[in-house]
Amino acid sequence: MARSFGRRQFLKGMMAGSAVTVGLPFLEVFLNAQGTALASGAPIPTRFGTWFWGLGMNERIFVPRQTGANYDLPEEIAALAPVRDQVNIFTNFNATTDGRPNLCHYTGWVVLRCGAVPLDRTDLPGQSVDVTIADAIGRGTPFRCLDVNATGDARDTYSFRGRNGYNVPETSPASLYRQIFGPRFQDPNSDVFVADPRIIAEKSVLSGIIDESAKLNASLGYEDRIRLDQYFTGLRDMENQLAHFLEKPEPLPACVKPPEIVEEYPKGVDYSLVAKRHELMTDLLVMAVACNQTRVFNMTYANSFANTVKPGYDKGHHTITHEEIEDPVLGYQVMSSWFNRRAMESWASFVKKFADFPEGDGSLLDNMVIYAHSDQNYAKIHSISGIPMFTAGKAGGRLKTGIHIDGGQTPGTRLPFTLQRVMGIELDAWGVGANRATSDIGEILV
Amino acid sequence: MGAGSKLTIAVVVAAAIGVAGYLGYQRTAEPAPHAGPPTARIITQGQYANTIAYIFGEDIQTPPQFPPVSRVEGLLALGAAEASLTPGVVERFYRYGKQVADQVMAPPRRAYVVPCGPADPGAADAACARQFITTVGRLLYRRALTDSEADTYVRLAGESADSLGDFHEGLRFVLSGMLASPSFVLITDRLADDPGAPGAARLDAYSRASRLSFFLWNSAPDERLLRAAESGVLDSREGVETEVARMISSPRLRHALRGFFADMLHFDEFENLAKDNLIYPAYGPGVSGDAAEQMLRMITRHLVEEQGDYRDLFTTTHTYMSQSLGAVYQLPVNPENAFVPYEFPDHSGRAGLLSHVGFLSLHSHPGRSSPTRRGEGVRESLLCQPVPLPPPNVDFSNFEDPAGEFKTARERLVRHSSDAACANCHRITDPIGLGLENFDGAGQYRARENGALIDASGDLDGIPFDGALSLGEAVKKNPATTACLVERLFAYGVSRPMDKEDRPVLDYFERRFADTGYRIPALMRRIALSEAFFAVGQPVAAEAATASLH
Repeated sequence: MARSFGRRQFLKGMMAGSAVTVGLPFLEVFLNAQGTALASGAPIPTRFGTWFWGLGMNERIFVPRQTGANYDLPEEIAALAPVRDQVNIFTNFNATTDGRPNLCHYTGWVVLRCGAVPLDRTDLPGQSVDVTIADAIGRGTPFRCLDVNATGDARDTYSFRGRNGYNVPETSPASLYRQIFGPRFQDPNSDVFVADPRIIAEKSVLSGIIDESAKLNASLGYEDRIRLDQYFTGLRDMENQLAHFLEKPEPLPACVKPPEIVEEYPKGVDYSLVAKRHELMTDLLVMAVACNQTRVFNMTYANSFANTVKPGYDKGHHTITHEEIEDPVLGYQVMSSWFNRRAMESWASFVKKFADFPEGDGSLLDNMVIYAHSDQNYAKIHSISGIPMFTAGKAGGRLKTGIHIDGGQTPGTRLPFTLQRVMGIELDAWGVGANRATSDIGEILV
Repeated sequence: MGAGSKLTIAVVVAAAIGVAGYLGYQRTAEPAPHAGPPTARIITQGQYANTIAYIFGEDIQTPPQFPPVSRVEGLLALGAAEASLTPGVVERFYRYGKQVADQVMAPPRRAYVVPCGPADPGAADAACARQFITTVGRLLYRRALTDSEADTYVRLAGESADSLGDFHEGLRFVLSGMLASPSFVLITDRLADDPGAPGAARLDAYSRASRLSFFLWNSAPDERLLRAAESGVLDSREGVETEVARMISSPRLRHALRGFFADMLHFDEFENLAKDNLIYPAYGPGVSGDAAEQMLRMITRHLVEEQGDYRDLFTTTHTYMSQSLGAVYQLPVNPENAFVPYEFPDHSGRAGLLSHVGFLSLHSHPGRSSPTRRGEGVRESLLCQPVPLPPPNVDFSNFEDPAGEFKTARERLVRHSSDAACANCHRITDPIGLGLENFDGAGQYRARENGALIDASGDLDGIPFDGALSLGEAVKKNPATTACLVERLFAYGVSRPMDKEDRPVLDYFERRFADTGYRIPALMRRIALSEAFFAVGQPVAAEAATASLH
């Protein structure tokens, strides 16, 4: 029966997750080699983000010919020119199905996010890397993780804690603004700080209600007890968040509360609408990081079945990848590539906004790493070997950038494995079966 | 309350309501029920909104979209019993609770929501706070607050009121906290000893009240149903009959049907439905919401007001029309009325659920129709027949059309039948969807596609049709149509997926459904009064859950 089948996977995921341990204490991990510090003397933390786009690439116009530094930019990634030296591109890395079915637009990203192959579309056999990292470094800020998307669809996220355990993305710029910069936001550069008595009261009431709820002894089964425990963990998170708002924040000269966003955008995935939402939410994420509201974030540009549309063209991107014939002269799907190029423009602008934001002696991007990937290599045939991946940022001096790495068909999980270790997660290996990574991608390590 | 007094009340109530209903209840005909494990399900958006509206007023704004859950055997309601409660999910419920509490405690509403006036509005008032907290807490938690809860909440409200110098602020924080409590957000089956079977357990009375109320009203129990649970009325069959009769005759039954059909027909997908404005300029931003509402109104009128045969939903010409829908249906509509009753004329080519703009546009692409998606919608949502997923290595070269010679969807899709890997699934879906090809991706009527006359003929499991009208007749006559409805409705009511052990009772419900001429309120009554509806086994222990690994 589907029910017991799926729950089996949930337990497996839990067991796989228990192998993960957290490494060095925060302050030691995040002092970079040069000891760059903020004006206050506090060390600059290293942040982690993800960026996802659906439907892969047209390999012959996406993969640079040259490996190493100063790689060329074929036409489908030409938009990366202004940020090429901040970005690594990873090609010819492998994700395998390990004898399980290739679930179209699903297996590939699940492997690259949690290291294991799902059995079916309800299966999430582990937790995503951002969750592991957020649990390790995210508690020092009001938001352990910010999950956002540019599609406007609350189902579009690639952040999860196991089966049925997707995180919940913010889907509108106005709502994201209210969350981060609403009335509870404490300006770190304000001369005066007074703990808001309303937040004190709110926190006190929440604590009391949690304690009362915990006394109840419901007749729950094993899995429902786990779910109830999750609920209390979530409420304790809220309590911690309120506690953050009651502390005087460290001064952060670069942090400026952005102008309020109130406009609600219409629903739909018209490419220009997606780009607009993406731009506004990127601006908010940049400032959320600069204002130390979060150290971990996820941005979904388009989902894995991306049906991004171009007005007047009767098919969406996903349908196009299957039905469009390759241009006999150019040798690729022209319209499909048009959509991939829009994705790469948004990816480049995402990187550039962090790169242009000064922090310490460098930029915000210098003190972070963003992990970007898709769900397919060539969407037309659902190939998952060689799914394109990127990183951006130097992770506080731990990573080199501006390099093209050919993975030589080694597991793609080596990249999230490497990035977790860079972020201080103590791991000797990561992933399951043929997708198990045991070696770093040394070419990018300082 | 002791068992003796419960029994006394039960006897008195049984005598008071008479025995006619009891004799009419054909208990012997129901097969032995299959008991599923108790569940804890996340309150749905509809249940949340209906509960808040009942307690605090219809005009309180609640969020239109909740954190998504997976669809399990066709229903989000079953996914809500399995979904993990990630920090992000809990944060949303905390956020929603604050939004509701802010509205409830804003003047002037608080003056009539709080049943007493504080002695000093700038300070704590324990007696008044207790009155509000115990009254509202009982309705939110679907049970009386424990003494410890009541004492703590009153104390917390008092401390906040004193520190902020505002009595209502204290209540606002406590209300916000209660709305974030798992006692409100998780609808949890609780067990009690079964006096009729020593050593066995059954749903306690409050849990039975909740099960009835969420099934028949898509909302938490009202004051009277909670009293019935507390007084022992729900311990007797007669007491349950009385309450079920009351609930089914209430206008709130419509909420239940709206909630159920919105779930079964995937209405959550309207949240993100948009059409290409260049291709379908009539399908503006307000259309998808109205298209969903049109179907829900049509369904509830047919099934409740007209007490209609469920199967006639696929052929009836009665519906509603709004101004924005008029543009898509190409009709003039009185702009004064948001929705007005409307009858599809013969020449429209429309009748029944499948020819509504909502169904047609939901199961289409943003810029064109999709016979495959429409066929899949009929198979999966209405006939409970899962359609296999496409294989990953499809060779699309057969379908490429460089010269643009395929004018119609049928010409494009007929190519699928030439490839065995595709044909196996597409022959399940496409013939149904091709019957609806006289409607484009927005649901607008068309006789031709790219200049070619559309052929909308086909057959559904052996019954031939030609166009939407006769396709509706074919769905109506398909035995899976009613079997599917019964299965989905019962699973929805007990909040768990069906097992093969449920088959006998489902067959029983199906026969009774037929006996009543496929009247859904009668079926809901039958389900609510069945032994199977309240049957519940022991929770699954860790050992058993782990054992199922092997």
